[in-house]
Parts: sequence; structure tokens; C-alpha cells
Amino acid sequence: MNGLVWALAGAVAAAALAGCGSAFGVGVAGQAAAGVVTEDPSRFAKVLLLQLLPGTQGIYGLLVAFVTLSRIGILGGGGVDVALTTGLLIFAACLPTGIVGLISGIYQGKTAAASIGIVARKPDQFAKAMLFPAMVETYAILALLVTVLCLFSIPV
Amino acid sequence: MAKEPMRKIELCARQDRRKMILERLQELGCVEIRPEPEGAELYEMMDVSGARNAFQKKVNRAEQALEILEQYAPEQRSLFQTLAGKPVLAGSFYSGPAERRSEYSKTAEKLIRLEEELREQQTLIRNAKLRIDELQPWEKLDVAMTCPGTRRCSFFAGMFPARYTQEELLAFVTEKKPELRFYELQILYTSANGTWTAVVCIREAEEELKGIFRSHGFSGSPQLLTLPPAEEEQRLWQQIGNAEERILLLEEQIREMEEEREHLRLLSDYYRVRAEKYEALGFLSQTREVFALEGYVPAGRAEDLRKELTERFGATVELEDIPEGEQAPVLLRNNRFARTGEGVLASFGLPKAGETDPTAVMTGFYVFLFGLMLADAAYGAIIAAACGAALLKFPRMEENLRKSLGLFFWCGLSTLFWGILFGGYFGDAPDIIAGTFFGVSIPEGQSVIPALWFVPLGDPMRLLMYSLLFGCIHLFTGLGIKGYLCIRNRDYTAFVCDVIFWFLLILGLLFLLIPSSMFASMFGIRVSVSPAFSLISGGMAAGGALGILLTAGRRKGKAWGIRLALGAYDLYNVTGWLSDILSYSRLLALGLATGVIASVVNQMGSMFGNSVFGVLLFLAVFAVGHTFNLAINLLGAYVHTCRLQYVEFFGKFYEGGGKAFVPFALNTKYVDMKGEHQK
Repeated sequence: MNGLVWALAGAVAAAALAGCGSAFGVGVAGQAAAGVVTEDPSRFAKVLLLQLLPGTQGIYGLLVAFVTLSRIGILGGGGVDVALTTGLLIFAACLPTGIVGLISGIYQGKTAAASIGIVARKPDQFAKAMLFPAMVETYAILALLVTVLCLFSIPV
Repeated sequence: MAKEPMRKIELCARQDRRKMILERLQELGCVEIRPEPEGAELYEMMDVSGARNAFQKKVNRAEQALEILEQYAPEQRSLFQTLAGKPVLAGSFYSGPAERRSEYSKTAEKLIRLEEELREQQTLIRNAKLRIDELQPWEKLDVAMTCPGTRRCSFFAGMFPARYTQEELLAFVTEKKPELRFYELQILYTSANGTWTAVVCIREAEEELKGIFRSHGFSGSPQLLTLPPAEEEQRLWQQIGNAEERILLLEEQIREMEEEREHLRLLSDYYRVRAEKYEALGFLSQTREVFALEGYVPAGRAEDLRKELTERFGATVELEDIPEGEQAPVLLRNNRFARTGEGVLASFGLPKAGETDPTAVMTGFYVFLFGLMLADAAYGAIIAAACGAALLKFPRMEENLRKSLGLFFWCGLSTLFWGILFGGYFGDAPDIIAGTFFGVSIPEGQSVIPALWFVPLGDPMRLLMYSLLFGCIHLFTGLGIKGYLCIRNRDYTAFVCDVIFWFLLILGLLFLLIPSSMFASMFGIRVSVSPAFSLISGGMAAGGALGILLTAGRRKGKAWGIRLALGAYDLYNVTGWLSDILSYSRLLALGLATGVIASVVNQMGSMFGNSVFGVLLFLAVFAVGHTFNLAINLLGAYVHTCRLQYVEFFGKFYEGGGKAFVPFALNTKYVDMKGEHQK
């Protein structure tokens, strides 16, 4: 099998898994946010920010997919001939962002929903409320870092 | 880096001066009144909850009236108005609005009454419409349901609870009483739920027919209408029309009161201020002739205050220093730059007694790290310009908002700075534009506007190394502040054991790591040092570790076994340091994210090449895409810079938990009043 297939599979896995995680996270947080806004529409801006926090995993997935696609030349048109080993290397490099993005997206969403609960009761504690979901995101960032460092050091 | 020093104030004055003194204090807004709990039994405290609630209720009424106005005559408000802050009126709350309060209150009550009537009319319309719906099945009936019939014939109407045809209904009768013949029935309406039927028959047959029908679930209509349904419906429509006209009239009346909005706001603020004054009154210790007040005042204003109170109101004022260990309220005082970070600090927690205010140091690092995370010159310029313009245009902006915008102004400048160093201008927009629209061919690895330092995408390991280096500096600064505090509090043991030993251990380990082959292979830099240097660093690390092992448990017990165990446990914290330092790798990741997403946007925009359509598409994608990227990365940079401060930096030396200085003041919502106090 051609290495290009594996590399493309990696790009797609990163975007798809991390995107699913974010979709779930933003969805859960959005439900909680909608509940707060029904009670007090003036909190809209604050809860919207909290809802957005689990959205970053999807963006990291997109970022990894983009870097991968441009590395293997698909974005530039054509596509270079990728050796099987290189393709597998790229696939492996994409996995952290995909897998960690999926799981951290889900949990960050749940944490964000809980933090929206803080804002509902104590709006002045907004900064603290924002910190809890940000803790979860750390691991998505670390995974992204590993993926990006791998991608840049795999010779194509 | 400073907390405003506080002094305790004790004031004693004659009762007849009470009102004047309190109003003046409220106007000055520099004293936080705090009751002394133990002195309570000597004096009488006034129960003010009743009066305060009464004022609070009036505030609520005014707010309710304002809400009504907002609903029917919404104020034209731009986004910028929230930035503008409260207007200032000349005069004092206790003179101007006080005299006209009953007039304003009447306005508020009138508005509330109008709105109540409006709601009544709306209910009326709703009920009439429901009734019309209920009448629908009877529409074909052209007599009233209560129609008594004639001398020989009777009439009744009602409903079967299922769908029947005329034949089926007739069959019910012929089955039971085939002899009944003088009757006529008409189906008015059928649906899945029922058959609405009108019946005319000779009087003798009425009971028999009703009996037969009842056995099939027939029931007479519950709505006894004295009018034929069509006429009743018309009457209801008439009613609805009247109510609608009335509503229009009421809405018009509400809208006409729009100019009262300012008065209502004044009213709301007036009662808000009075409610607060009564709350303060509850904290006073009183006898029949005199009253006493205790509280805190910023030292800088204490002497002026004493002078004014004694000379003008004949009060006795004593100022004292805060006793050791007492938690005085905290007021931060910083220079113009550092002040902008006070909001970030306050949301973590204000410094408690014995802690220093880290705002200045923190703000510096905040701005530095924020810029590094966003690192795009164009984005930075946009942020700085937007915040700067808002700050210049709205000098009366609310204080906290002002601080936040100020912080983002500096962060924008820092982002601009890092962007120039790393060559990011809307990502790689200059290259893409030059390449796509001007046909400039750019060789691989070069740029139209070259980076002043280096391009992170080209050499991520280098930026990772610098990120961790900045992290080490940040963390060591935190540890340094802890050392400073230890010395200031004359706790030299803690200074050596908790600060110096850690410095030795971590620095020693770092110096051991840097010349190692692992470091060289990761970052591609080979550092060679003399063996003496290695020996010294090893000695530092070992000394530090030994020190921690022996002393970390010093407070917990005399037994050496326990002390060593605790020391070993504390030594395990070295993993905490490791994770803290690695946490700064987010600086690289977030910086890369901004740049890569920006170049995704640019690349998508340039897909259609150099044509009119291509340029238009590029502009559209550029505007939308970069707005999105800026927004999402701004949020990310804000959140993660906060995290680095709160978790990594503050974790080294700062606990927080101080109480904010909340002076007794004119805390208004809509207007500020300034001017001479009138009697």
C-alpha cells in the first residue's frame, strides 16, 4: 500500500477525532449555557466564552490536518510519492492530536458546563470558572505539540 | 508593587451631626465602616433593616418602571455606549433628586400601572381567542344554544364523543325505537374527537331521544350561549378589537413617558444611595447623645479626613495603625502600567496580610507571555489600536473595564513586538499576496518581510527551548519573591530551606542537563563545559537535595525518621517543577496555532488565483477568516496566560485571600453626581 494513504488517513483521523471531541464538548457546554441565558440574558457573553473553550481541539485537529496535507503535497496539487514507512510515521504522528483531542474535548466540555454553573450563581468568579476547563485543555496542547514536532522532523 | 497602607479610624460625634457626617463620608468614599463585634453590648445598634428594605423596594420599583420603558420604547444604544461610563451631573444626591423624588416616584408608579392594564388587556384578548376556538364547531348553528323551541317542538344540541355519520346516528334511534318519527337531526361539525349535532323534535319525543343518544355518550353543550354562535363570535371579535385599540393607546402613553427615563434613573440611584446609607447606619454604635463609628481609611487620606471631620463637624477622630496579624481590607496601588493587571490579580485573590502585592511583576510577565502566544504583528496592531482608541475616546469608562482594556492595549503592543520578531503579519499574508497577485516568486524558506529573529514554523525546537527558558525565568522570579517575603518577615530559616535549597537543586539540575547529549540531540545545540563546571552543578544539585531532605520536615516533628520521610516527600516536588516548566511549551503550541491557522486562511483565500473574482474572494475569506482566528486565539492567549500566572507562577509564592477595600460611598448604577455638598 502506498504511504500516501497512511499519511492522508492520519490527517483525516486528527481532524475527525479532535473535531468530534470538540463538537461534543461545545454541545454539552452550549446546553448548560442556554439554560443560564434563559434565566439571565445579560450573562450571554460570559457563558459564550466558556462554551467556546472546548472548541479548540477541533481547531488543533484542523491545524494538524493542514500541516500534514501540505507536507505530503496534496494541498499544493498532485501529491508527492510518499514511502510506506514515511506514511506510517506521519500517521502515528497524527494520532496524539486525534485521540487526546477526542477525549479532552469531551471532558473539557463537561468541565465547561460545570463552570457555566459557577457563572450562573457567582458571575464575579468568572476568571476562576474559566480556569477549570483550561486545565483540561493543557493535554490537548501537549498532544498538539508532540504531533507538530513529529511532523516537522519527519523527512518527506 | 504595593498595597496602599491602611489605618484604623475611630470617630465619635454628637447625634445631631450624624446625618451630615454620614453624607459627607459617603460622598468622599474613602472609609470602610466595620463594626467592632465586642463593643456591641456597650452601645445600642440601630435596627435599620426595615428602612433599608423600604428603600430597596423603591429601587426595585424604579427599576421595574425602567424595564417597562425599555420594553416599549427601547433606548437607541450603540455598542460603544457601554464603554462610555456613567454621565456626571452637578449637585448632590441629597439635594437635587431628593426634592423631586415623590414626583419621580409617581411617574414610576404610573408606568407600572399602565403596564398592568396593558397586561390585563392582553389576557382579555387571549381568553376571547380561546373562546372563539371553542365556538368553531358550532359555527353552522344559527340559533342560540339555549333556544327553547316552539310550543310543540323542542330543540337541543350537543356532542357525541366519536365521529359518526348522519346514517349512523339515525340508526341509533331506529334500532331502539323504530316508532319515533317526528325528529330531525343535523350534524354541525365532525372531527376525530366528536360529532357536534343539533336536534329538533316534537316535545313528547325529547326525553326518549336524549336517552338513546346518552347511551352513545351524547352530552349537551356546556357553554350555554344566549346568542347564536356566529353573533357571539362577532361580539368576541369586537371585544378583541377594542382591547387592541386600548393596547395601542396604552403603548403610546408609555412611549410618551420616554423622557422620564433619566428621571427614573436618578430616582433609582437616589434610593440606592439612601439604602446604602441606612446600611452604614446599622453599623454605628449609638447612645442618645453621641454615636461612634469604626473603620478603615487609606493612610494617604487619613490626615485630611481627620482635619475636615474635627473642624467642620466637631467630631473626635482617632487614627491608629493596623495591629499585627489583623486582616485589613486591601486596596492596590500601582503605577499606570501595572495597574492594568489588577483585575487579573483580583480574580485570583487579593494579597492577604503579610503578602506583598505581585501585580507589577505579574503584569509584566502577563504582557510578555500573552504576546508570545499570539505573536502576530498585524493582530497585535489591531488589538492595541482598538483598545487605545477606546481608552482615548471614553475617558469616563468604568474603572475595571478601563483596566482590562489597558491590559489588552499593552498585550497588543507585545503581540506586535513578537510578531515582528517572528515575521508574522496575518500569518504569511505578505508572501501569499505577493506571490498570488503580484507574481513575485519567493524562494523556499524566504519571505517578503523577513523575521527579525527567526520563523517558529521553520525551527520549532528553537522556540520550544526559549519557551522553557522563559518559563524557568518566570518560575524563578516567583521563587525569588518568596525569598524576598521570607527576608522581609525575618524568617531566615525559611529563606534558606524553602528558597535557597530549591534554587540550588533546580539550577544544578538544569546545568547538568544542558551539556548532556540528550539536550544536544533535542535542540541541536552542543554546549561544552569544563569538568569543573559539571562538578559544581552536581554539587549544587546534591547540596540542594540534601538540604531539602533534612529540613523540609522541620516544622512537623522532632523525630528524625518522620523528618526525613517528610523531606523525601518534599523532594518529590521536583516532578512538580518539571511539569511546571514543561507547561510553558504551550507558548510554542499556541504561537504555532495562530500562525498556521492564519496561513490556512490565506491559502484558502488565494485558491482562485489572480482575477477579479479571485481578489474579491480573497478579501472576503481574509476578513472572515482572520476575524475568526483573532477571536479564537485571543481567547486562548487570555485563558492560558492566566493559567500560567495562577497555577505555575502564583503556585511558587502566592496564596491570596485578602478582602477588598469596599468604602462606604455613592455606589450608583446610572449617574455620578459631583459638586458642593449643600445643606
